[in-house]
Amino acid sequence: MTAVHDEVLSFDEAMEKYDPALGFEVHVELNTRTKMFSSAPNGFGDTPNTNITPVDLGLPGVLPVVNRVAVESSIKIGLALGCKIAERSHFARKNYFYPDTPKNFQTSQYDEPIAYDGAIDIELADGTVFTVEIERAHMEEDAGKLTHMGGATGRIQGAEFSLVDYNRAGVPLVEIVTKPILGAGRRAPELAKAYVAAIREIVKNLGVSDARMERGNVRCDANVSLMPKGSTTLGTRTETKNVNSLRSVEHAVTYEIQRHAAVLDSGAAIVQETRHWHEDTRSTTAGRPKSDADDYRYFPEPDLVPVVTNDAWIEKLRSELPEPPAERRKRLQADWGYSDAEFRDVVNAGVMSSVEDTVAAGVSPAVARKWWMGEISRRAKIADVEPAELGVTPELIVELNALIETGKINDKLSREVLDGVLAGEGTPAEVVEARGLAVVSDDGPLLEAIDGALAAQPDVAEKIRGGKVQAVGAIVGGVMKATRGQADAGRVRELILQRLGVEG
Amino acid sequence: MAEINREDVAHLARLAHIDMSSEELDRMAGELAVIVDSIKSVSEVAGDDVPATSHPIPLSNVYRDDVVGETLSNEEALAGAPDNADGRFKVPAILDGE
Amino acid sequence: MSEIIRLSAAALAQKLQSREVSAVDATQAHLDRIAAVDGSINAFLHVNTEEALLVAAEVDKARADGDTLHPLAGVPIAVKDLIVTKGQPTTAGSKILEGWHSPYDATVIRRLREARMPILGKTNLDEFAMGSSTEHSAYGPTRNPWDLDRIPGGSGGGSAAAVAAFEAPLALGTDTGGSIRQPGAVTGTVGVKPTYGGVSRYGAIAMASSLDQIGPVSRTVLDAALLHEVIGGHDPHDSTSLTDPVGALVEAARRGEVKGLRVGVIKELSGEGYQTGVLNRFAESLELLRGAGAEIVEVSCPNFKYALGAYYLIMPSEASSNLAKYDGVRFGLRVVPEGAPTIERVMGATRAAGFGDEVKRRIILGTYALSAGYYDAYYGSAQKVRTLIQRDFNAAFTQADVLISPTAPTTAFRLGEKLDDPLAMYLNDVATIPANMAGIPGLSLPNGLADEDNLPVGIQLLAPARQDARLYRVGAVLESLLEDKWGGPLLAQAPEIAGVK
Repeated sequence: MTAVHDEVLSFDEAMEKYDPALGFEVHVELNTRTKMFSSAPNGFGDTPNTNITPVDLGLPGVLPVVNRVAVESSIKIGLALGCKIAERSHFARKNYFYPDTPKNFQTSQYDEPIAYDGAIDIELADGTVFTVEIERAHMEEDAGKLTHMGGATGRIQGAEFSLVDYNRAGVPLVEIVTKPILGAGRRAPELAKAYVAAIREIVKNLGVSDARMERGNVRCDANVSLMPKGSTTLGTRTETKNVNSLRSVEHAVTYEIQRHAAVLDSGAAIVQETRHWHEDTRSTTAGRPKSDADDYRYFPEPDLVPVVTNDAWIEKLRSELPEPPAERRKRLQADWGYSDAEFRDVVNAGVMSSVEDTVAAGVSPAVARKWWMGEISRRAKIADVEPAELGVTPELIVELNALIETGKINDKLSREVLDGVLAGEGTPAEVVEARGLAVVSDDGPLLEAIDGALAAQPDVAEKIRGGKVQAVGAIVGGVMKATRGQADAGRVRELILQRLGVEG
Repeated sequence: MAEINREDVAHLARLAHIDMSSEELDRMAGELAVIVDSIKSVSEVAGDDVPATSHPIPLSNVYRDDVVGETLSNEEALAGAPDNADGRFKVPAILDGE
Repeated sequence: MSEIIRLSAAALAQKLQSREVSAVDATQAHLDRIAAVDGSINAFLHVNTEEALLVAAEVDKARADGDTLHPLAGVPIAVKDLIVTKGQPTTAGSKILEGWHSPYDATVIRRLREARMPILGKTNLDEFAMGSSTEHSAYGPTRNPWDLDRIPGGSGGGSAAAVAAFEAPLALGTDTGGSIRQPGAVTGTVGVKPTYGGVSRYGAIAMASSLDQIGPVSRTVLDAALLHEVIGGHDPHDSTSLTDPVGALVEAARRGEVKGLRVGVIKELSGEGYQTGVLNRFAESLELLRGAGAEIVEVSCPNFKYALGAYYLIMPSEASSNLAKYDGVRFGLRVVPEGAPTIERVMGATRAAGFGDEVKRRIILGTYALSAGYYDAYYGSAQKVRTLIQRDFNAAFTQADVLISPTAPTTAFRLGEKLDDPLAMYLNDVATIPANMAGIPGLSLPNGLADEDNLPVGIQLLAPARQDARLYRVGAVLESLLEDKWGGPLLAQAPEIAGVK
């Protein structure tokens, strides 16, 4: 790509003169076992052209049959977005020729989507809430994957030929389309990122998508237009495609705002077109302008019959919905009594669900937080994995905590016990036994060790006797060393003071 | 109702991805004009109160369970392909070289 | 001529069951007949000799072993080359699919295999079933066994001619606007278009998805019922497939009855545009039915006059989309123009070379009808006319149990006669199209020869949706009355095919 950068205005200057309007089309790949219209496995990255049936190749004579789970997943997405669910919706054919589209039409809902008229609240980092209105969510099928060969860059430009893999063709998609989002002002890029993050979280929470943007499970097309300050007429928009990470969404919206502002400032008009986002150069390039080739000749898909919903079906699906992420967070923070800062840390560390499970397994929220934010997060960082991936179960934490609370072990020993358990040496109790880690709780051996320590440091003993109780720490340290850490430090302190006849 | 002319046919042939020679366009435009003329009365028959019928026998909610079925092997998939490479269908460049 | 090939499918099945005739002999007799006459008829695009004989031999062995077999096991059949078959090429009569082999079987083919009916081969058709004469086949026209200079009807001219020429006792056809019934009428054979959804379309190469239907082609009404029961019934691979059981069609054909039945003559489907001989035979058939106790009533379907126009909007619209997949990427023909063309240019050249004129005409017409600014006026309006036609049928079926009309306005015309006049060609389907528009079943059976040209005439029975059995009940009676009058089947009057040694 010859990187001819378009003129851009600084973001601040753009914001002085213009108000941005945003719009998003987010495609969510559903994680059904099979495809939208065929019984081929819905698999990514397998051997090319093996997850296909005659239907997915569009062979002569084939017919589509709708996947029930895909429909139900779509309805769940609609419900989670606060949408109305259409009593009757149907599929249409969108006709256009492209080698990744096996039938040279895409089967997609068009004038009657499954879900429409919704809204979700998007919370920004400082707690500001924007309501984003959802125009529609509709079902459609994904296209195959093209690999461009023979060019220098692997890009479509300059390629000599392309190879097509239809494994992805027919994978179920739900496209979520917003109404124009106005009033975000200079927070538009931040809102854009937060919106896509919210959609990703919602579909992941519903369990209907793997929601991994790096795998293309969630893909975003971002529409941007500007209106001069004070105007209420929407400007000409561009649609930026291929914005497939949260960071890219933020950057792409920022860039397009700056580019639009420069074009408008120069007195020129924005061309309604698709733009392609390039993460490497953090810029967009012009795609194909809208033309008469965009006459998609939609008509109702005659090979499929309408999707007709009823209250019973919808209510059954509604009853299967998990708690919405935002509500869940609110509830958990209140239940646990965490401060805003404590809760945010737990969320940012990605251990909220782990804490929740651990509390449910029977420890206090404070103990659960201590483990997940402390020892487990530390180990995760060293291993460079997510805390939840370490293999520490809520039950394990409950057992370790019980050993501490009953005085069998102390905090320091518990880390060794955890080592043992993770190394496959058995249950915490078995590891304590096998490694001989139990706290020495019999006063006899302790008194022996105390006497030894006092004898070794007669000056310190003298200071304590003289009333300098804070000096006891040095004797405690000596005892702990002598018992290889297996003593209860509190009990040791008590016994020392008793021995010396000093009030604690 | 608009008549169909040579330019219309040329545009439609592009949309439909069928190359047509000049003579073909002329002939097709003539034939289609006659056909369109004979069927255009259809647009004047039914009023707004008449619903459209897209399926002759109305059915709804026909679904498949989400169960994996038999698939084609890579060899079967490519058996009819005009050209292939690396287990995939090979097509000429999508964009013009220039 | 071997006696075996003259047998009806029902009679042949009986001789196979009693082991009076072996399946191999029956299959070989038909293969011999194909070898003898198909050079003149050109009904077959592919003859499936080896597999057919293999299946026949298996049937003979199973029968000798005392296995329970389907009643039609060993009865050979021909298949319209619009239906995909493993192990044989499928061309749809088009250059664009020349040499293509399907990796899967159509549902109806699977059912033929389950019944162990040897498949004799694939029959000729107008390209992608677009035509009424089989002259639009990329592989040359099929000729009418009654007169080799005349068309066998279309699009299923190959199946109808094969059955009329005793090359096969049974065949499969497809009917989008009359492609089973009109060839039946002009070749003196029986053809049935079942209720839409009654027979799975999975594996039938689509022309117009909301109109297409696979159906039986035969020489007798009973034979059609026998085949209909084999291929009919629910298929989960076709979303428009009905869940209703097939129904007792054979039983209906065996126990024909018309006493007290109300037969509605559709006023709009006779008179002007209909050949005198066609109208004369139609009137005679009505008299026969009346004589057998049927009540003849007249019904009016005023919106039928828009049916042809609406059909020629809906059918090409759906076809333009269904035929988009033929692009030289995944299967079939690829034509690469000079230079270093893009895939777009390859597609344009491939489709230009691979499709014939009639296919191109319909694709362009359909693209037009669906394009921005025209959709409501054309496709949208045509779908409304479809509603009006259904309403006409609903009203008519309150006055009559079955409806009746000539199947086609004329007898077989000469090859080439209407090739340059698409509109005149389209008019062949004027009487058959309304049934496709409404999804109702229709049956055509031969009802005599026209006085002026001594060529076969067909009569069409129509029943409400899902009442296919009614067609067989009435059709069997009329067939029997006519054969009594003729002193045998109409095809017994067909001339010996020129070129047969």
